[in-house]
Amino acid sequence: MTSQQQIITIVILAVVTFMTRALPFIIFSAGKSRKKETPKYIQYLGKALPLAVFGMLVVYCLKDVQWLEGSRGIPEILGIAAVVLMHLWRRQLFLSMAVGTAVYMILIRVLV
Amino acid sequence: MLNASQSTFKKSLKIAFKLSLPVLMGYWFLGITYGVLAESMGYSYWYPLSMAVFIFSGSAEFLGLGMLAANFNPLAAASMALVVGARHLFYGVSMLDRYKGMGWRKPFLIFWLTDETFAVNYNAREATATEMLLVSFLDYFYWISGGFMGYMFGSLLKFDIHGLEFVVTAMFTAIFMDQFLKEKELRPAWIGIGCTAVSLFVVGPQYFVIPAMIGILLMLTVFRKKLEPSYFEEVRK
Repeated sequence: MTSQQQIITIVILAVVTFMTRALPFIIFSAGKSRKKETPKYIQYLGKALPLAVFGMLVVYCLKDVQWLEGSRGIPEILGIAAVVLMHLWRRQLFLSMAVGTAVYMILIRVLV
Repeated sequence: MLNASQSTFKKSLKIAFKLSLPVLMGYWFLGITYGVLAESMGYSYWYPLSMAVFIFSGSAEFLGLGMLAANFNPLAAASMALVVGARHLFYGVSMLDRYKGMGWRKPFLIFWLTDETFAVNYNAREATATEMLLVSFLDYFYWISGGFMGYMFGSLLKFDIHGLEFVVTAMFTAIFMDQFLKEKELRPAWIGIGCTAVSLFVVGPQYFVIPAMIGILLMLTVFRKKLEPSYFEEVRK
């Protein structure tokens, strides 16, 4: 690839990534000039989606786990379980994260 | 007058810094990894740097490192960016309300809308416009500085931080729990987890996100009549 082609590639990645971020705002923003209300369906999605998206993100983090080899995803599952339990108990973001990460880091060193 | 606005800014910065701390840990770890990888692939510093500055999406940048070393293929670049970036569409829809009336801040809030920034800003219900903007900016700064450190000093790293990347998973899980304990209507959580898990199992790790998103949209649409009342009738009091 020439350096010109490399620049074009970076520009393409930048523009497409920005579009994925901007599109909902461009389509549904109820600007002052356009007196359109956000459609009811989109308002509903705005309320119902976040919890589904957070669920999606947790599963997304497990995408590269090898379930049948090595530590078989045990450190990941127990790390997540630790976060959930800590959060049910104390409900402090940092504490839950620290304990979960510690559990994970210990387990990947112990279970080889 | 000036002093007063300065001190409110300082206060906002303090709040934003506290909110963004989990992202600091995650982004420095991932950013360093990204910088180390870029350096080990033999790129001059401005490739990883310009990607961090202009793309600001970890998954697209890691892909970019591979693409820049391969044959020129703009169509593949565009479609891969679309595949890995599609999840941003959901963040945008979820933030339509929160980012309303942001004026000059809006383009920045949109450009800086990563998984982590979305998670932190959405979860911080009481955050002001300035605080959300500062969280977004700090996250951007963490990512770029992490990449820079990895590129420059990655080879000097001696201590074993392997596994620290789990802090990102832990953050999403903790924020998921935060939301889960706040909401009355919990079925979207099961829909999100279920659709993504099924899609990951069926489609595999490379292309599962878009089918998962379609599944979530379908389920939320099918169950709209059941779910919608809990958001609009009792909440608006």
